Amino acid sequence: MNEYFSPIDFLVLKPVILLTLFGIGVMLTDLFLDQQHKYMNAVTALVGLAFAAVQLWLIQSEMAAQGVAQIEAFRGAVVLDRFAIYFSWIFLISSAIAILIAIRYLEIEQEHHGEHYAIMLFAAVGMMVLVMGMDLVTLFIALELMVLSVYILTGFLRRDRRSNEAALKYLLLGAFSSGILAYGMSLLYGMSGSTNLNVIADSLAARPAGDPLVLIAITAIAAGLFFKVGAVPFHQWLPDAYEGAPTSVTAFMSVGPKAASFAFLLRMFLVPLGSAREEWLPLLVGVSIATMTLGNLAAISQSNVKRLLAYSAISHAGYLLLGLVSGNETGMKGIAIYFLVYTFMNMGAFAVIVALRRRDLIGDEIDDMAGLMYKCPTAAVLMLIFLLSLAGIPPTAGFLGKYFIFLSLIETGHITLAVIAVLYVAVALYYYFRIVAVMFMREPVDQEKLSFSPGIRIALGVTAAMTILIGLYPEPFIQFAGSTVLSILR
Amino acid sequence: MPESILNGLFFYVLAVVILGGAIMTITRRNAVHSAIWLVVTLMGVAGLYLHLNAEFLAAVQILVYIGGIMVLFLFVIMLVNLDEAAKQRQFNRQWSLALICTLVVLVEFGFFLMRGAGSFAFAEPGQGALKPNTELMAVALFQDYLLPFEIASLLLLVAILGAVLMAKKEI
Repeated sequence: MNEYFSPIDFLVLKPVILLTLFGIGVMLTDLFLDQQHKYMNAVTALVGLAFAAVQLWLIQSEMAAQGVAQIEAFRGAVVLDRFAIYFSWIFLISSAIAILIAIRYLEIEQEHHGEHYAIMLFAAVGMMVLVMGMDLVTLFIALELMVLSVYILTGFLRRDRRSNEAALKYLLLGAFSSGILAYGMSLLYGMSGSTNLNVIADSLAARPAGDPLVLIAITAIAAGLFFKVGAVPFHQWLPDAYEGAPTSVTAFMSVGPKAASFAFLLRMFLVPLGSAREEWLPLLVGVSIATMTLGNLAAISQSNVKRLLAYSAISHAGYLLLGLVSGNETGMKGIAIYFLVYTFMNMGAFAVIVALRRRDLIGDEIDDMAGLMYKCPTAAVLMLIFLLSLAGIPPTAGFLGKYFIFLSLIETGHITLAVIAVLYVAVALYYYFRIVAVMFMREPVDQEKLSFSPGIRIALGVTAAMTILIGLYPEPFIQFAGSTVLSILR
Repeated sequence: MPESILNGLFFYVLAVVILGGAIMTITRRNAVHSAIWLVVTLMGVAGLYLHLNAEFLAAVQILVYIGGIMVLFLFVIMLVNLDEAAKQRQFNRQWSLALICTLVVLVEFGFFLMRGAGSFAFAEPGQGALKPNTELMAVALFQDYLLPFEIASLLLLVAILGAVLMAKKEI
């Protein structure tokens, strides 16, 4: 009858509740730790992530055992389906890797505070609720929780001008884009009288094609979402934010929040706006071509590795949008597997940059990589693997994501788009190999040995192992991704 | 119908007050003047809530925004030295371009909204005695939107954390 809060609600939210509690716990225990023992905060946060992962695993296996495809909770405000679970795994993994590579980096920057890890866990909470959300209000607040956390993390190096500037730019533009998104959402609410995505979907499906109000709603929502995923022409914040943020945070925001925003975009375009596919398809095609073009061409002339990877992240967003353009099962599978792979290869590449950081050297210029092969062959070879994977060369994992997306384009008859996308892979090869050339061909400027902290060792080991493993033995991962994305296709 | 004309009039007057106040807020050179024009805008929004029969929201809008937040704004403005800011150029170089873009978007949106105005279904007013305003608010907050309400508390926690982190010299 009047169930405000049922055991089911609790069950669905358990991983999120655990993360919140551990986040608050980190803030409290931070008070009792002196500067030498701040790394304990990272340990606490990792334990919290592990607890959440165990809960998620239990829920997942229970759902599989009972044959339940999805659980609704909070009167339909959230729905835990396989799609949400899949992306939640990506968030947990990327948060854990980001925490591992942050420890030493923040110590060197002398900004090692427990709040960093607490905010990271809160960001993970926002991301997980965002992929579960089925209600406009829930979605918007979860999105704001996520991006607000990332604004703070971007400006975490308070004495660094670049970091301050990046955070301020990101905050102002991000707030503006959230406003546009909220305007689009208000139009959806006005047309359907409900904030539930399924009700909105039914109400929009009953409208005639080409309804002008639906067009405005699509435009406003698309503008807001394209900003969040960093698609052209709403990409300007991205290189600055990626360059200015602490490198460990850049690694995090290039994967976790990006995957969350993209999952949100998929949900919005496929569920409430699914019936208006004819209207948004040309928009999406145009934006994805522009995104690939600008991302790949602008990356060529960058001299800063973080900036280069930022433009490469823009181009990856373009490829991912192509998966939505084709919109069939293969395309969705491609997007899902792309993100899993992207988590490992991109965070791995950033982890190598973090490892280069010393007291006197930021390590994010391409020139700082000179002669890495002679100074530290391990780091150079790992970077080579990650870059090959980012470019999409078999047998690394990066090939797999691109393969499925291109396959889905061909299946749905978008041959021209597929050809353009493949051409840009060649361009991408050029700028990734600029880094490789500097690492392997140039003489090192100094002879100082690299030292890896235990956290970076684990992070590099896991990311490299997964990048190769998924590439060589993709079958279980493809099945996992394929079974999860079906739940979002109506 | 005279009643609907009156309703329309009420709305348009308030809209002019809100938008006028907002434009004045961003164009004043003196920050205190801006803050006071913002009060006008917020009052207008409170009036809109009254117009929609949401008395509780209107009262909260006045108490929290105008009573609380604006006073804090004025405090901050008086604590910070703004003489320097008053001497600087108020608009950046792209303002004319921005104005053109805004006008284009305005015309575009206006066109679409005019075309689509018929497709907004107006809700029927409730029959009989309505529940008290505060009770409806409580139902919305603690039943229908319980989860976003709870997550909003986390959002505020992060915001406080961020503000303290950015502002404090030594953590």
